[in-house]
Amino acid sequence: MAEAGEHKVLFEAEKISKAFPGVRALKNASFTLNSGEIHALVGENGAGKSTLIKVLAGVHTPDSGQVRLEGKPVHFGHPVEALAAGISVIYQEPNLFPDLTVAENVFAGHYPRRKLGLALDWPEMTRVTQRLLDGLAADIGPLTPVNRLSAANRQIVAIARALNMKARVLIMDEPTASLSDREIERLFGIMRQLRTQGVGIIFISHRMDEIFQVASQVTVMRDGEVVGTFLTQAVDRDQLIALMVGRGVGQLYPKTPGVTGDLLLEVENLRLKGHFGPVSLTVHRGEIVGLFGLVGAGRSEVAQTLFGITPAEDGEVRMEGKPLAIHSPTQAIGAGLAYLPEDRQMQGLVLPMTVMENISLAVLRAVTRGRWVDRAGEESLAERYISLMGIKTPGPRQAVAALSGGNQQKVVLGKWLASRPKVLILDEPTRGVDVGAKAEIHRHIDRLAHEGLGVILISSDLPEVLGMSDRVVVMREGRITGELSREAATQESVLRLAFSDTVPAA
Amino acid sequence: MARVRWRDLMGVREVGLLLVLLGLVLVLSVAAPGFLSWPNLSGVLVNVSVVAISAVGMTMVIITGGIDISVGSILAVSALLVGQAAKAGTGLWQAIALGLLIGAALGGINGLLVAYGRIPAIIVTLATMSTYRGINFILSHGAWVVGLPPYFTALGQTNFLGLQIPAWIMLGVAVIGWYILTQTRFGRSVYAVGGNMQGAYLAGIKIPRVQFLVFLVSGLLTGLAATVYTARFGLVQINTGMGYELNVIAAVVIGGTSIMGGSGSIQGAILGAIFMGVVSNALVLLRISAFWQGVVVGILILGAVIMDSSIRASMLRAVSIHSIGYRGAAEPTDGRER
Repeated sequence: MAEAGEHKVLFEAEKISKAFPGVRALKNASFTLNSGEIHALVGENGAGKSTLIKVLAGVHTPDSGQVRLEGKPVHFGHPVEALAAGISVIYQEPNLFPDLTVAENVFAGHYPRRKLGLALDWPEMTRVTQRLLDGLAADIGPLTPVNRLSAANRQIVAIARALNMKARVLIMDEPTASLSDREIERLFGIMRQLRTQGVGIIFISHRMDEIFQVASQVTVMRDGEVVGTFLTQAVDRDQLIALMVGRGVGQLYPKTPGVTGDLLLEVENLRLKGHFGPVSLTVHRGEIVGLFGLVGAGRSEVAQTLFGITPAEDGEVRMEGKPLAIHSPTQAIGAGLAYLPEDRQMQGLVLPMTVMENISLAVLRAVTRGRWVDRAGEESLAERYISLMGIKTPGPRQAVAALSGGNQQKVVLGKWLASRPKVLILDEPTRGVDVGAKAEIHRHIDRLAHEGLGVILISSDLPEVLGMSDRVVVMREGRITGELSREAATQESVLRLAFSDTVPAA
Repeated sequence: MARVRWRDLMGVREVGLLLVLLGLVLVLSVAAPGFLSWPNLSGVLVNVSVVAISAVGMTMVIITGGIDISVGSILAVSALLVGQAAKAGTGLWQAIALGLLIGAALGGINGLLVAYGRIPAIIVTLATMSTYRGINFILSHGAWVVGLPPYFTALGQTNFLGLQIPAWIMLGVAVIGWYILTQTRFGRSVYAVGGNMQGAYLAGIKIPRVQFLVFLVSGLLTGLAATVYTARFGLVQINTGMGYELNVIAAVVIGGTSIMGGSGSIQGAILGAIFMGVVSNALVLLRISAFWQGVVVGILILGAVIMDSSIRASMLRAVSIHSIGYRGAAEPTDGRER
């Protein structure tokens, strides 16, 4: 047994910095993992947890700093090198090959060959896989196709694969997110068992109770920095939340007090099985409603349902008192809704097209005379929104792919404003956008609200939500857990509603 | 009406292709004395007209991200029925209308299956390529259609203002196709569906409708091409249109239309078809075995695709600079937090 006293340093990251264009994702982050330790990593969305584990797993190369494995510096240029060194990452949705069997997945990438000839050594693969699965007390056959397994059993296959790679460091990125309580218990049992075998585990979870249940150490991250590492016995939940927040909202957000007008959008008991519900909320003219929740809380799903992408199973939506039946984006646009999607390149822009063609895409009807697109009208429409949004482009005929992230986002925003919506749903409008463009987008949002638009602002950036919203609605695991006025919404009060805990039900 | 600018007509790819084509013409005018005569050049246009007419529809299909490999079989069925009708003595206009109708019907079936059946285009048209070909054999009983009346073959052989009618039809179809693709709402939707299907859907574009229509147009124009073909050759063989789809797709791809969808042009496709016509003409004039044609066309296709993917890659590079954390395929695609 390698319990207390015998811990030795297994894997460390020292003063890691990593910048992406416009964002410093990690600043001098240091982190130490001992063998036989379960070490939780916590922080808000965007605090840098994912970037840190990507550096540790060889996905990103750090700009500066050092990663050491058992005291020896390592430089992983590729995830495969980290894997070979004994570092395995298990994602929430493990990267398995669904059509292959468990044994084929466990041996993916390094299949054993028979001594003679080229054929795979099937008996060996099956035998080793069975042994690994037995060791994990898993009731899975090595020859079962992975697509027949539950989410929990897929996690176990991923763990077996890691063990087969002789993993000494296991990084688990929100492994419990899609598991039931019993499955979580079983996973924790496996984690504790691996710990006694000297494996070091980095455990990322948004659920506080899990952290206290399974981890002995906890490292808190905020804004790309490590705030500190603590024994879980020495801290409590509220202290951790305070550490995660820890900063002032500041004067970054140009929200000006506005007049909230008549009721625009009413959503009542909206439900989509397996995703969210029942969800009820209202948006008034001139109001910015912030919708906050941790990753996976169901915010984007609600937005997509409102916009007709995944029609609801149940519930009612009314616009200005009139009931709406929305089953497609076409109908949603007709009803006065606009949706700025989370992934602007995947969903918001047609990259081979020009700025002008993107802006007019949702309103082609308005710039067509008879059957033909009126190019002059289209160009003047585009020019109007280019100047309104302050899009930096050589001209309307510039290919949109060549613009910066912030300007691309302004093109998407311009496209939706051109459709003259009544309610604008913004899903992560400033993600991946540099600070300057961010402030500019915030100013536009504020101005739009003043012009009478209702805005639903979905964001993982808590200061943004607090800074911009008249009202904050908080979601957790598909349900609305609370609604706070601008005055009542603070980092603590919002995070308290957003983090799962089984405590104050009363 | 819209202003049409030169640069709207001629993008990077079209200009590139035009320059290569002009270079080839220059070389040939020296190497092959007969090449630069009007009868020869107009002959090239007439020779490529059948393929080029289908290529206009195929361009639209490929821009949406689809493909239509059944056009050879559509050509065969349409040519057969048009030929039989002409032989039976229907009027010229009725024959043309019949060709359009049959092509549109067969293309429409493809479109329904792709758009509303949600079956991949390559599978649908692979199946209908075989089915339509089979229908052709059943209807023809394996017999050729010969001895078409002169009023009908005149369509394929009459001169008008120095060009034969098939070349005029090709040019007319190209202009209409260009206009629809670049100047109409439908055309814009075609590019949007191929450029970013999710984005097009979110912008309220009715994707199935667009997919259905491009296959319909592809069939319709192939029906027209069949009429031109029948009139020009004056007979319909049993194996009409075998391998035709490959020539049509080759013209479109050489013309710079991306096989991944989202970009391409009618001008390009017409230039691509002419290019292939010039190459085969050159082989004849230079007395090189026609066997070489396949090799040359293959190289042309590869060249065009390599150019397309390098343009695409440079575009993607411009994008990834601005998108945080983009590392291409190496990055696990959890992508939720950056």
